[in-house]
Amino acid sequence: MESILFLACVEADGSLAKAAREALSAAKNLAAGLGGAPLVVGLIGAEVQSAANALAACGAARFLGVAGAEFAPSRYTTDTAAATALAKAAGATIVVAPASSRTNRCLAGAAQRLGGRVDSHATSIAAAADGKISLTRWYYRQRMEGVLTRTARPWVVLLESGCAPAYAGVPGTTTVEAVAVELPALRTTVTGVRAPASDAQTIRPDAKLLFVAGAGWTKKQADGQVHATEAEQLILGFLASAKASLGSTKSLVDLSGEGQAVLKFMSHLNQVGQTGSTPRHPKGLATCCHGEEPHTVGWRFINERRAINLNAACSWAQGKADVLYVADAFDVMRKVNALLSSG
Amino acid sequence: MPSVFHIVVCGSIVPDPLQTLEPITTPTGPALKNELMLPAVLDPWAWHALFEAANLAKNNPGSKVWLVALGPKAKLQQVMMSVAQKAPFELVVIDGPASGFTESAEVASELAAAITSIAGLDKTKLLLFGGWESASRGAGTTLPMVGERLGITDQFQGVDQISVQPDGSFEVLERIEGGKHQVSTCAGAPALLGWATGNLPEPPNNPQVGMANMRTLMPALQKAKPAKVTNTGLAYASVALPKQRRETRIVKDMPADEIAQEIVAWIRAD
Ligand SMILES: Cc1cc2nc3c(=O)[nH]c(=O)nc-3n(C[C@H](O)[C@H](O)[C@H](O)COP(=O)(O)OP(=O)(O)OC[C@H]3O[C@@H](n4cnc5c(N)ncnc54)[C@H](O)[C@@H]3O)c2cc1C
Repeated sequence: MESILFLACVEADGSLAKAAREALSAAKNLAAGLGGAPLVVGLIGAEVQSAANALAACGAARFLGVAGAEFAPSRYTTDTAAATALAKAAGATIVVAPASSRTNRCLAGAAQRLGGRVDSHATSIAAAADGKISLTRWYYRQRMEGVLTRTARPWVVLLESGCAPAYAGVPGTTTVEAVAVELPALRTTVTGVRAPASDAQTIRPDAKLLFVAGAGWTKKQADGQVHATEAEQLILGFLASAKASLGSTKSLVDLSGEGQAVLKFMSHLNQVGQTGSTPRHPKGLATCCHGEEPHTVGWRFINERRAINLNAACSWAQGKADVLYVADAFDVMRKVNALLSSG
Repeated sequence: MPSVFHIVVCGSIVPDPLQTLEPITTPTGPALKNELMLPAVLDPWAWHALFEAANLAKNNPGSKVWLVALGPKAKLQQVMMSVAQKAPFELVVIDGPASGFTESAEVASELAAAITSIAGLDKTKLLLFGGWESASRGAGTTLPMVGERLGITDQFQGVDQISVQPDGSFEVLERIEGGKHQVSTCAGAPALLGWATGNLPEPPNNPQVGMANMRTLMPALQKAKPAKVTNTGLAYASVALPKQRRETRIVKDMPADEIAQEIVAWIRAD
C-alpha cells in the first residue's frame, strides 16, 4: 500500500503558494486514484499552523510540521534535514512537492538520504486503474516528453506549477504534530534577496502574458539605423501597461554581454529557450525573434501564442504560433502601447 | 592570504543544441536516434561552471580544477579537444552513457566514487561544481546526490556568482523566482555549487593550456572505468516528440493600427 506525503515549505507570511496548493491537488488525486491511499501533509517553515489550518479540509490523515526560526530561510542544510525527517515520520512511499527554487534545491538530497529516487520538473503523476503510477516529464530541454514508472520507494516528485488545479478547500483548525529534526552546525546564512530596481523588474512569473524580445530589436531598421533607445522605451512601456513578463532570446541577452547597443534591462535571467528558462504563462507574444527550430522551446508552456516579425519564415511562428503578424514590431508596438495607455 | 580550493566540476556531453533530436526505443530503454553520430558539446551550464572554476583557481593560487565526466569515452575525447583549449584542468572519465534517460541516482553514485578516488584531493578544500541542470535530463538531481554521498551539506543551486573572502568564506548568489537572487554566506569549503550562467564570457582558446591539458587527457581517457548505469527499477512507458503542430494564421498586409487593435483585444480577453 502506498502512503503519500504532500510536502511544502510555507511562505514568509505563513501562507502556501499557489504552486503548493496545486501539488496538494495532485497528491490528493493520486491518493484517490490508488483507492484511498493515506495522505499526510508535511510543512516546513518558521510557523506552519496557519498553513495547516488552511488545508484542514483536505482529507489528510495527519499533519506534520517542522517549524522554527532555523527553518524560515530557504537553505539546503535545514530544508534537507526537515524534508527527510518528515518523509520518515510519515512513512511515505511517495512524496509530492511543488517545484520551486527552494524545493528543487533540497529534495534530491533528501531522496538520497531516504535511499529513494527523485523526479524533478514532473508535469503529472497519477495512478491508472491497475494502480500503476505514471509520471510525466520533459527531456532534452522540453524537446520530448517521457512517461515513466518506478518500483523504488520512496519516490520523491517535484511537480511543476500550472499542472494541476490549486486546492481551494475551506479553512478550519487542525492539530500539527511537531517533528523533531537534528541539525548539524550551520555554516550557511541567508542574508537577503537581491532584486533588480523596481523599474528593471521585468520577470513576473504570475503575469498573464510573456513578451519575448529577439535580437531584431537591436538590428538596423529600414532607415539603416539602430533604434535601441526606442526599442527600450517600447518594450518597457508595454511591460508596464500590459503587466507582462519579459523573455528574451539567447542572441539578445548575449549582445548585452558584448557591450553592443542593447537593452540595458536585459539579463541572462530573461533568457528563454534551451539554455534559458521555459516559463508558464497563458499567453505569449514574440517580437523580432527568429531562432532555429530547437530553440523555440522557450515557449513550449505558453498556451496562446502570437508573433510579430518582418519575415514570414520566422521559426517562432510557423507551426508554433497561432497567429503571425508579418509587420514591423516598432510600428505595431508603438500603436499597441498607445491603445493600452488610452485605457 | 588567498584560499586554496580543490574544485571538482561534474559535467558531461550533450547533443549540440542545434541538432534535431528524435527519440527511439532500444532494448535498454529510450535513446536518441543516431545518438553517437550527433555532434556533441560540453553541457552548457557545466561549461559555465568550468569557466568559473578556472577563474576561481586562477585567483587563488595553489588551487586546482578537475573535470569529472561520465560519458561515452570516444565522444568525450572529441569534445575535450576543444574544451581543453579553454581552461586548465585534469580530466577524470567514467565510460558510460551520457543519455538524458539514465537514472540520476546511479550516475551520482558513479561520480561520487570517481571523485573519492582522485589522488591528492583534499575534501576539506573541496568545492563541487557542475551545471544546476543538464541539457539532457534537465533535472538538477545528480549533483545534490553526489554532494550527499561526499557528505557536503552546504549546497547552492542556480548560482550566478561566488565572491570569496580572504578567510575562505564566500558569498553566493542563487537564482530564485521572479528574476531575483538569494544571497547567502557560507563558512567555506566543502560546499557544492550548481551553476547557472554566471557572469564570465567564454574564455578565448589558449593553445598552451591545450597542450598542458593534453598530457593528462589521453591517459585519463585510456584508464576510464566502465560505469554501472542500469536504470534499476525505472521503466519508460513512452518518450515522444510533441505532436501538436499549430495551424498558424499568417497575417500579411494588415495596417499596423489594425494589428495593434487585434493584439490589444487578444491581450484583454480572458
Ligand atoms: C549552445 C546554444 C544554446 C542556445 N540556447 C538558446 C536559448 O536558450 N534560447 C534561444 O532563444 N536561443 C538559443 N540558441 C540559439 C541562438 O542563439 C539563436 O541564434 C537565437 O535564438 C536567435 O536569436 P533571435 O531570434 O533573437 O535573433 P535573429 O536570429 O537575429 O533574428 C532577428 C529577427 O528579428 C526580425 N526583425 C528585425 N527587425 C524587425 C522589426 N522591426 N519588426 C519585426 N521583426 C524584426 C528579423 O526578421 C529576424 O527574424 C542557442 C544556440 C546555441 C548554439
